[in-house]
Amino acid sequence: MAKPNTNIDYQQTVISIRDLKKSFDTNHVLRGVDLDLYQGENLVVLGRSGTGKSVLIKIISGLLTADSGEVMVLGKNMNNLDRHDLRELRIKVGFSFQNSALYDSMTVRKNIEFPLVRNSPKLTRGEIDKQVAEVLDNVGLLQTINQMPSELSGGQRKRIGIARTLILKPDIVLYDEPTAGLDPITCIEINELINEVQQLYHASAIIITHDLTCAKTTGDRIVMLLDGKFERQGSFEEVFDTNDERVKAFYDYNFTQ
Amino acid sequence: MDIPDSTAEEVPVKERHKLLKSLSQAFVDLYNVVRFILRFFKEAFIPPYEGKELLRQCYEVGVRSLALITLTGFIVGLIFTKQSRPSLSEFGATSWLPSLVSIAIMRALAPLVTALITAGRVGSSIGAELGSMRVTEQIDAMEVSGTNPFKYLVCIRVLATTITVPILSTYAAFVAIMGGFLNVHQNEGTSYSTFITQVFEPLTFLDFEASLIKSIVFGFTIGIVGSYKGYNSSRGTEGVGKAANSAVVTAMFLVFIEEIVIVQIVGWFR
Repeated sequence: MAKPNTNIDYQQTVISIRDLKKSFDTNHVLRGVDLDLYQGENLVVLGRSGTGKSVLIKIISGLLTADSGEVMVLGKNMNNLDRHDLRELRIKVGFSFQNSALYDSMTVRKNIEFPLVRNSPKLTRGEIDKQVAEVLDNVGLLQTINQMPSELSGGQRKRIGIARTLILKPDIVLYDEPTAGLDPITCIEINELINEVQQLYHASAIIITHDLTCAKTTGDRIVMLLDGKFERQGSFEEVFDTNDERVKAFYDYNFTQ
Repeated sequence: MDIPDSTAEEVPVKERHKLLKSLSQAFVDLYNVVRFILRFFKEAFIPPYEGKELLRQCYEVGVRSLALITLTGFIVGLIFTKQSRPSLSEFGATSWLPSLVSIAIMRALAPLVTALITAGRVGSSIGAELGSMRVTEQIDAMEVSGTNPFKYLVCIRVLATTITVPILSTYAAFVAIMGGFLNVHQNEGTSYSTFITQVFEPLTFLDFEASLIKSIVFGFTIGIVGSYKGYNSSRGTEGVGKAANSAVVTAMFLVFIEEIVIVQIVGWFR
C-alpha cells in the first residue's frame, strides 16, 4: 500500500536532538545523534538490532537520560524538566512498546482507560466509556473491550497498545518495532493503522524498525542509524541509493529473507 | 633455578578484590534501599490517593490470607497449650496455662507467625507481580502514560501490608487463644468466661501496644522488601523468580531481626 498524502509542517519542529550521546558502561550506543522531527511527519529510524534505536526513543520519552547532548521535545528541554513537567510532557508523547506492554491483570477496557482516568480525573463515567469505545473503534477492535490481554493475538495486542497510547490524544507517537514478531498480513494491517493514526490524529511519529516494508509504507522520511550516528536520511529510495556496504547488506538481508 | 610461585600471591589479592567488590555492592544496595524507603514516605501521603486500589490490595493481602492464618493460628494455640501442659503439671500449675498461652501468643507468637505467613504468601506474590511487570515493560508503560508507577504500585502495596498485617495478627491471636481454650476445656473443663478472664489477667497495655507496633513494622517490612525486589528486578523470567524468592527470604530474615530488636526495646520499658 502506498503512503497516503500527509500534511507536514516543515516550519514547526516537534522534536529536535543535537549531539546526543549515550553509553552503557563501555558500550557507546549513541555517538552524537542529530535529529529533527516535524509537525505531522512520520519519521522512520532504521538500523540493526542493538544499534540504539530503542534507546533513542526511551531518551525522548524520559525513560532513560542522555549522557550528553540536547533533546528538545515540544519546545521543552528534557535535561531541565522536573517530575511534574515531565509528567505533563509524557501525556503529549505516546509510546507504543515492542511487546505492547499491556497490563495483563486488566481487561482491554481497563487497560485503555487507565491513563485517561489518571490524567483526567474530572471525566464522568459516560465520557470515559465514550472515549474508550471511540479509540477502540479507530483501531478496529471494539469487540475485544471486555477481553483479557492473554485472550488476544499478537496483532490485536499491538493494536490495543496503540489504542492505549491514542486515548490521551498525543502530539507525538513513538512506535518501538511495531511489526516485530507479526505475520506479513498483520504487519500490513499495523502499517495501515500507523498511517491512519497520522491522518486521524494529526500526530507526528517516530517509528523504530528494521522492517523495510514497514519503513517504506509508513515513513515520510527515513534515517538510518549506523555505528551510533545517523549516516543516511531522506526518502526510502534516497537512503538505499548508495554504495555503502552496510546499507546494501541491510537492504539485501530484508528482501532476500 | 627456582621459579617464584606467583599464584600463591595472586589468590589472596583476587580474594581481597572479590571481598571489596561485594562489600561495596552491599553498601550500594543499602543506599538504594534507603532511597526506596525515603521515596515511599515522600510519595505515599500526597494526593492523588488511590483509595479503591488500596482497598483491593488490602483484600488481596488480608481476606485471601484468612484461611491460612486461621488454620495456622488455631494449630499453634492448640499445640503450644498441649506441649506446655506436661511441664506445668509437674509443678501442679496447669491452672496457669491460660496465662502462659496468652502471654506467649500476644507477645510473640501471633505477630511472628502472621508475619512469616504473610511474607511467604504476600511478599513473594508482590515480588513476582512487580518483577513480571518490570520485565514486560508494564511499569515503563505506566510511566510514559503520565502515571507514577511507584505511587500506584509500590506505595499502595506497602500501605496495604502495613495496615493488614496488624489486623491479621490480632485475628491470629484470637484464633490461637481459641485453640488453647479447646485444649484447656477438654482437659480441665474450664469454662469460656473463666478462661478468657485468666487470659487477660497477666496482659498489660504494653503487651498490646508492643504487639501492634511489631505487626506494623513487620507489615511495612514485608511490603517494602517485596516491592523493592520486584520493582528492581531484571534479567527476564529468571529475574522474576529470583525477585519472588529473595523477597521471602529477606523479609523473613528481617522479621526475625526486628523481633529481637523490638523485644529488647520493650524489655527496657517493662
